[in-house]
Amino acid sequence: MSVTLSIIYLIATVTFIVGLKKLGHPDTAKSGNLIAASGMGLAIVGTIFIHDLEVPTIIYVLIGVAILVGSIIGWLIAIKVEMTKMPELVSLFNGFGGASAALIGIVEFGNADISATSASIVATILAAIIIGAITFSGSLMAYGKLNGSVKSVIKIPQYNIVNNIFIIGVVALAAYLVATGIDSSILLYALVAGGLVYGVLFVMPIGGADMPVVISLLNSLTGIAAAITGVLYDNMVMLVGGILVGSAGIILTIAMCVAMNRTLVSVIFGSFTATGGPESAN
Amino acid sequence: MEELIEFISNNLQIVYIIILAIFVGVELIKSIPAVLHTPLMSGANALSGVVIVGAILVMLHSDPTDYLALALGFVAVVLGILNVVGGFAVTNRMLEMFKKKK
Repeated sequence: MSVTLSIIYLIATVTFIVGLKKLGHPDTAKSGNLIAASGMGLAIVGTIFIHDLEVPTIIYVLIGVAILVGSIIGWLIAIKVEMTKMPELVSLFNGFGGASAALIGIVEFGNADISATSASIVATILAAIIIGAITFSGSLMAYGKLNGSVKSVIKIPQYNIVNNIFIIGVVALAAYLVATGIDSSILLYALVAGGLVYGVLFVMPIGGADMPVVISLLNSLTGIAAAITGVLYDNMVMLVGGILVGSAGIILTIAMCVAMNRTLVSVIFGSFTATGGPESAN
Repeated sequence: MEELIEFISNNLQIVYIIILAIFVGVELIKSIPAVLHTPLMSGANALSGVVIVGAILVMLHSDPTDYLALALGFVAVVLGILNVVGGFAVTNRMLEMFKKKK
């Protein structure tokens, strides 16, 4: 990696930290958001143009089209949607970020010669895929709950036990792939599907009033997925940016629970504990 | 377990950065007024869009004849930039509303 790009990533990382810091105070919040956004823009432009790869023009065109299309759609959605719909919009965008991380993992799994790749790299790729898939379907589910398209709180019997067994199964399958180094696209898609299903199972039993907390938690997970892909590419801005979102997101999630007079455990395991349920908390 | 120890010893610098970044993240968010919870969540969400850097790298490294990788990379870039642009724009709108209220 060129020195220039490293310095750009360093500057971007600092803007993320300063931006988050300023976002925590009412007077400086707006400037904090702008600082972080400009750092992000810098990192994106730097990544596209500063490298010593031989890249055919068609790929630059594709990247340009992708960025243009995504920016316009994202901008339009963000400015058109009503103010009351903001939390669900955050959830939607968060889901997109998770999907992006999962797709990166899928492409890297295809590119790598899995049987010859070190187990820690395979584990990194699979972790990005699973966490990305969970945040994608979980965020879409939260989005659906908030905008009313998923109306009821569906609880399968003993859902805590079912959910936990399910995620343990997904992790076990991933561990099996890592340990054996099998290059199987069928098992890979099974993992993707497992992550997607778990995201739905995880959010489905949680009540609409608790959705902001869940969104914050899923947001934190997307940060972790971004950090994991950062490890994969040895890319510092992704690593530090992702970890910052991950840790800040967890603390923010807990703070939101405290503000609602709930505990994180009672939100996630709701009716399971005696103190749970939105009604009993008030 | 051996793999884990090997990973840590091979990537000691990364492990240090991760641990320090966790503490920075925690310190940044400590004692935030409740009105700022949602904008902060939104801002953090925009930052997690940094995953777009990885999506761009996927495309830059792609073979132009590997259509599957290109297509997946293309979608990853679109979704990543949606997260970034949408995330920052929504946060900005929330904070504008916040100012008017005061």
